[in-house]
Amino acid sequence: MAVIDRALSKYRNSALAGRLRQAFSRVPVLGWLLGGLAAAIIERSVGYPLSRILGMANVPSLFGFDSALSYPLLIPNTFLYAVLMYLLPITIIARLSEPLANRLAAWLLNFPNWVSLIVHLVLLYAAMHMWAFMGDYRVLLLKLILIAIMVTLSLNVVNGYMGEFSCSHPGFMALGAYSASVFTVLFFVQDSVFGAPLLPPFMGPFLFPLALMIGGLVSAFGALFIAIPSFRTRGDYLAIISLAFTFIVKSFFENLEIVGGPRGFMGQPDWANLPLIFVITMLCVLIINNFVRSTLGKALNAVRDDEIAAEAMSVDTRKTKMVAFLFSAFWAGVAGGLLAHVLRYVNPSTFGIFKLSEVLAMVYLGGLNSVVGSVVGAVGFNILSEALRPLEILKWIVIAVLLILVMIFRPTGLIAFRELKIEDLIKPKTETEEEVEHVAASS
Amino acid sequence: MTFFLQNVMNALQWGSFYALIALGYSMVYSILMLFNFAHGDIFMTGSYFGFFISSALVGLSITGTLPLPSWLLLVLTILFTMIATAFLGMIVERVAYRPLRDAPRASAAITGLMVGIILETGNLALLGAQRRNYPTLIETQTYLIGGVTITSTRVMIIALSILLMVALHLFIRRTKWGMAIRAMAYDYVVLPLMGVSSNSIAVMTFALGSALAAAAGIFFGIAYPVLEPYMGILIGWKAFVAAILGGRGSIPGAALAGFLLGFIEIFVAAIFPSTVRDLIAYSIILVILTFRPHGFFGEPYSAQLRL
Repeated sequence: MAVIDRALSKYRNSALAGRLRQAFSRVPVLGWLLGGLAAAIIERSVGYPLSRILGMANVPSLFGFDSALSYPLLIPNTFLYAVLMYLLPITIIARLSEPLANRLAAWLLNFPNWVSLIVHLVLLYAAMHMWAFMGDYRVLLLKLILIAIMVTLSLNVVNGYMGEFSCSHPGFMALGAYSASVFTVLFFVQDSVFGAPLLPPFMGPFLFPLALMIGGLVSAFGALFIAIPSFRTRGDYLAIISLAFTFIVKSFFENLEIVGGPRGFMGQPDWANLPLIFVITMLCVLIINNFVRSTLGKALNAVRDDEIAAEAMSVDTRKTKMVAFLFSAFWAGVAGGLLAHVLRYVNPSTFGIFKLSEVLAMVYLGGLNSVVGSVVGAVGFNILSEALRPLEILKWIVIAVLLILVMIFRPTGLIAFRELKIEDLIKPKTETEEEVEHVAASS
Repeated sequence: MTFFLQNVMNALQWGSFYALIALGYSMVYSILMLFNFAHGDIFMTGSYFGFFISSALVGLSITGTLPLPSWLLLVLTILFTMIATAFLGMIVERVAYRPLRDAPRASAAITGLMVGIILETGNLALLGAQRRNYPTLIETQTYLIGGVTITSTRVMIIALSILLMVALHLFIRRTKWGMAIRAMAYDYVVLPLMGVSSNSIAVMTFALGSALAAAAGIFFGIAYPVLEPYMGILIGWKAFVAAILGGRGSIPGAALAGFLLGFIEIFVAAIFPSTVRDLIAYSIILVILTFRPHGFFGEPYSAQLRL
């Protein structure tokens, strides 16, 4: 570790790093998004010919991560492709558009914050859309990553912010997945068990968010079974109660013949498209971010650090625990409903111990008590898992070893205990860090 | 009545697996305040060690290189397997838990889970996915007493399990090493001041727990002679439930709760359709924990204790 630290500090102090930092320190988030969009457009237009020239059969789906292990000889070419298609356009355009982006960001601040935020999100979605619709694999992967972000964030509310060790998230996801699926299949699909659709199918896509909401609410209702015992018990006993809950839910659906029992339940309509998932995930991120920065969110931290002291400081610990569990379960349920409609198949065994390990790994890899950490954890874990896919069974050994190393060297995760301030993200960067320091020093 | 007695026999055998594994969870918890989530997979690995050692011994015995009576084969298998698995437990402690002594407990839980995944997939990668059949170590004799079928292996498994538990209890209560374990469970800060290395106690506890899990693995292999790499997951998590149910860190509690869990599962499966076994068993556990949140022998979670 010391070696890495030394190497990093050497890099940080080097002239090149200083110049790079200076060159890009004024680029606002808006500029990076413009760069990303431009890169995606460029890839869309010249990606295929370039990949042919570089001797690849197809465009590298995941920045070359996906093919690095199966075609090691192509690594230099893939790397070159990534530099030409992503790194150079993003950096160059971000740098060139800096004055424009700053002026735009400053102008947007004349409006309420949400206007600026929506502009940012639209740009982000546009870039992702351009990038994703080069191939089905990218779309599916992006959908799964977005859903993973929701699950990770919602688990972080309980495990990170409230400091419990909850193992119930697969159960919540299962509840959400099954209830949303039953809703859509019952109302909008001709099914052998549920019969003819009760409502005309054209209404389906409009009522689909309602289905997800019902999934979330059912799952939040299920969370009562964990939240109420959590008043009296904490730590290991709560972990076991939540684990028992996951087992019970799984076993419940295995025995419920009307939704297929252990064979699973299929026939969900294909309504979970990328824009919808993006919108819901962004809503989830924003709402959870606002929640954890609110008074109630700070109460979660108080309960985690010292329940008695929190109670003495007039924090209603019961209400706090109840809200945290229900809120967390709601988003897990929504994510489960989306997952069911992306895969268009649910099976009780999906929501077992293995799912639990995966979700826990994403939360603890990314970092506790941090929205950014959860996003990083979910994205990083999924990309890692896709990149190592050619190793087949050995993949899980590599992932497990990496996670053990992360835990040993950074026990709370990569980006832990950091607040995400949306206002800081959307504002223009008119001053570099050096200038700020300079002003501070002179005054 | 015969129905009841028959199921009591089944439940005793099934519960002894849970009890032996739960003891490992409970011992580690009592000294380090964390649960060894790799324990279920240590049980699985122990079962595989037992498979290889017993196959080798049976092979030697059949070819006449080392003709041994079958009871000696069994004893040697158990002994060697327990030693081998104890070493595995020591390695797990050294790699996954000792570097995290001062880290948040949840981080150690994650490393434990990951070690479990490494053991499972490592096994799968090394040995392939086919199931393996345990060699017959002792001939099964079936007796019929008052309508209840009793097999010699079942009696042996129950007797040996109880013997091991009593041995563990005596070890912890009567020996100096046991006293050190109890001291560490009582106060792990003061223990090193008394000249006892807490690391060696931790290693010893992992070794003991793993050896018990290995014994459970052999018994499981004898009773249900099919091995597969993922067999440790479910039984391990259920034993974890038993360890909590008994009261964390309580060794008699873990043994008792292991048997109780065996009884619940067997009787639920005997009375209701077997598919609802988990559903009803865990609902019962949820109810028990709702009314007795600290388990049978555990100390209640109380505000005063944490001041």
